[in-house]
Amino acid sequence: MANKNNGNGATKVKLTKADFTSDNEVRWCPGCGDYSILSQVQKLLPTLGVPKENFVFISGIGCSSRFPYYMDTYGFHSIHGRALPIATGVKVSNPELSVWVITGDGDALSIGGNHFIHALRRNLDINILLFNNRIYGLTKGQYSPTSEFGKVTKSSPYGSVEQPIRPVNLALAAEATFVARSVDRWPHHLSEMIRKAYEHKGTSLVEIYQNCNIFNDGVFSDYTEKDVKDDNTIVLEDGKPLIFGKERDKGIILDGVTPKVVELNDGYSVSDLLVHHEKEESPVMSHILANIEFYGGPVPVGIFRSIDKPRYEEMLIDQMNDTIEKNGKGDIQDLLNSGHTWNVN
Amino acid sequence: MTDKTTERSETIEPEDILENIESATIRFAGDSGDGMQLAGTQFTNTTAIFGNDLSTLPDYPAEIRAPAGSLPGVSGFQICFSSKDVKTPGDEPDAMVIMNPAALKVNIKDLQTGGILIVNEDAFKTLNLQKAGFETSPLEDDSLSAYRLIKIPITKLTLNALEKFDLTNKIKERSKNFTALGIIFWLYDRPLEPTVNWVNEKFAKVPEVAKANITALKTGYNFASTTRIFASHYSIKKAKMKAGKYRNITGNEATALGFVTATTLAKIPLVYASYPITPASDILHELAKHKTFGVKTIQAEDEIAAICAAIGASYAGSFGITGTSGPGLALKSEASNLALITELPLVITNVQRGGPSTGLPTKTEQSDLLQAMYGRNGDSPLPILAAATPADCFYMAFEAVRLAIEAMSPVILLSDGYLGSGAEPFAIPNIKDLPKIKIMHHTDPKTFEPYKRDKKSFSRPWAIPGTFGLEHRLGGLEKSDGSGDVSYDPENHQLMTDYRHKKVESLANLIPELEVYGAKSGKLLVLGWGSTFGAISTAVEKEQKNGTDVSSAHLRYINPFPKNLGKVLGSFEKILIPELNMGQLSMIINAKFNLKVIQLNKVHGKPFLIHEIIKKIRLTLEGK
Repeated sequence: MANKNNGNGATKVKLTKADFTSDNEVRWCPGCGDYSILSQVQKLLPTLGVPKENFVFISGIGCSSRFPYYMDTYGFHSIHGRALPIATGVKVSNPELSVWVITGDGDALSIGGNHFIHALRRNLDINILLFNNRIYGLTKGQYSPTSEFGKVTKSSPYGSVEQPIRPVNLALAAEATFVARSVDRWPHHLSEMIRKAYEHKGTSLVEIYQNCNIFNDGVFSDYTEKDVKDDNTIVLEDGKPLIFGKERDKGIILDGVTPKVVELNDGYSVSDLLVHHEKEESPVMSHILANIEFYGGPVPVGIFRSIDKPRYEEMLIDQMNDTIEKNGKGDIQDLLNSGHTWNVN
Repeated sequence: MTDKTTERSETIEPEDILENIESATIRFAGDSGDGMQLAGTQFTNTTAIFGNDLSTLPDYPAEIRAPAGSLPGVSGFQICFSSKDVKTPGDEPDAMVIMNPAALKVNIKDLQTGGILIVNEDAFKTLNLQKAGFETSPLEDDSLSAYRLIKIPITKLTLNALEKFDLTNKIKERSKNFTALGIIFWLYDRPLEPTVNWVNEKFAKVPEVAKANITALKTGYNFASTTRIFASHYSIKKAKMKAGKYRNITGNEATALGFVTATTLAKIPLVYASYPITPASDILHELAKHKTFGVKTIQAEDEIAAICAAIGASYAGSFGITGTSGPGLALKSEASNLALITELPLVITNVQRGGPSTGLPTKTEQSDLLQAMYGRNGDSPLPILAAATPADCFYMAFEAVRLAIEAMSPVILLSDGYLGSGAEPFAIPNIKDLPKIKIMHHTDPKTFEPYKRDKKSFSRPWAIPGTFGLEHRLGGLEKSDGSGDVSYDPENHQLMTDYRHKKVESLANLIPELEVYGAKSGKLLVLGWGSTFGAISTAVEKEQKNGTDVSSAHLRYINPFPKNLGKVLGSFEKILIPELNMGQLSMIINAKFNLKVIQLNKVHGKPFLIHEIIKKIRLTLEGK
């Protein structure tokens, strides 16, 4: 256990990645995308200026949910699907804590689907890292709620007959205040998205495309392989036009309410392109972006939406403080003595 | 009614006879839109302030508004009040107020022979009679001849009295429960002031409605007083109660106040997370008010989220509590085990209702005892407490918090619908007399190990996030003794399982021994738990007065049992356990003490009547 501290300890020492690395042996399969995410988080945390003891990592069940064991922070490896309500209780209890939820596609969207929606709409100041590998890894290879239609797995030998959930769409429907997507093999982008998620005051969701090299290898190779990834993805940047492609020669325009891919040298210029505004109050444009795949467009990565709305825990505490300011702090004997009382002598 | 002495007042005409009686049981019953719960509550408050001991039983339908006039839409409220000690809402009412034919149909079988039956005759019209399944009006034939039937045109009286009010007839008619209440106030010689004050406060924003209600109340009172429609009216003297300050309290209010009191005195913030469920929601409503005590309430998205938020709160250094009823407890079972294995303090309140499944949401039952004891995967012992009366909910809620902190364990507190919505006078305690609860959050990194146990209580240190140098990982996987690292070691799993049992067992040193009411040994012990206390103790006292060799004892701590339970059970020839289930405590007692107890089981959704228990005591002693 490291004794360095940059918060309320006596000496201010610069924290490093090593301070956030626990002595537990990491037990993910060699080559798993989770290693990259762990490494980015361990590198990022020392740079945030938060006392180490104020970080709490909470997870559910699944491969990704082993994450807290590998972090030398406060950690809670809970039960399947329930990391978010536990995080809600932690944050409401102590808003000073930096609360991180580590979850997977099964954990967050199947067994914990209800909590996912409600955490996002409540907007507590917590960060959710959703490791989406589109498969059940820990139970050895069944289809997950994000698996493609027709996916052949152990539990769907004739192909899955379920439509997948798109986590970003679901989060936008719940009017989440921060919604982003990144990829395990894009370390710089991933690190940047996690930093932005931390900086956002409110519930932040980062969907991370994560490769399971044992049960679903290559599921995201269209977005990770050097020769194709730039043509298949578009990086969302606030205030910038939607340009993509290996040669940066393609863009997105809006034709009525329909997004359309256009070639920049084919009669279209940059000024014709749709400009991304992540702080737009209405979620409509972010929904359109989240669905450009339906119109033959690339998969967006980056921040879909980042807006400021009051935080649940702050409002709860404000109500409490306002009531105390108005009526004074409660006296327990007075409370017991309240209502219709009478004396017996 | 007993102990009748007749008094004649000199200032009133000779016909006005005020009889002194010891106690009375009355029931208000009508359509759920008739305001019977309100009438009952007002009668209760007035009676409490007047100084009688009392016990109440609201009985309302599950439907918010069942079709008007239908049998499922009948709502009732029963109160027993007395100049002596009262422990139950009474067996058979002495008087009933019946507002419509459906209420008559549902309730009449409970009225004592010769009992007073006040009926709103205006409601006995063809359509209402049909809805209740009457072919002819029971007011017109002799089917009610066993009772003292008093027909009063309550609706007409109300409308006439309010003729000049600037209100619609529909609104005017709504005041008829106040007219009925006024009649009953006269019949039992109660003051009107407490209700008048309440109406003025409650309807302050609609003064015309307030005035209408008060007018209706006085109309009923004056009608009863001037028409001499009753042969006499009754006075019940103040009860001799222990000196002190009292208030009327329901079990759910008492539970909520117990939680606030315990956490405030322990100086730990309370987080109450709950999902609305009948009949437990009132605990959430009550706690949501108490923001000046730093109480944070979370209305979670479901039962599982509620308990998980409470666990998260306890993990982060608050005291987490969740409340529910039977089906909700089932949903919470996996998370209760998470709190158990991570050894975090937590209270889970179950206000039991009729089961299985959705069962009888608004009716009472004690059928979740085995679920509380064993309804989780693995060997997972939890402390279990059960409140005996509405006021006792305060003390057992307090105890639940105290023991959860002592043991670093979730504690299940069992109450039920009857306790939760029933009310009785509560002798308000002085907080100085309550047990002390000390919170110890570990802070020293040098001595810290997440699962290093206290030698006496076997509990582990409570180390909360934000504490410098104590970073550690908790979770649902089995942990290694001491270090808290994940462990699959066979010996360690045995050791940790043993510790979890010992932790609960050692609480027996911190709870009171079982008290026996009556002789400490003899032919028969009637053993109860939870809300059957009133009926059992009253029945046993009555039989003791008849010279019967019978004692009673009541369990408020079920896991662990009081240390002397085995000795008590061994001192009697026979043990009778009445329960509002099919024999759940009996099963535990039989298994633990190798006994074959005699059972009295009932699942009617209603509490035991005193005479049901007396009958069983007699049969048992006769060897039948």
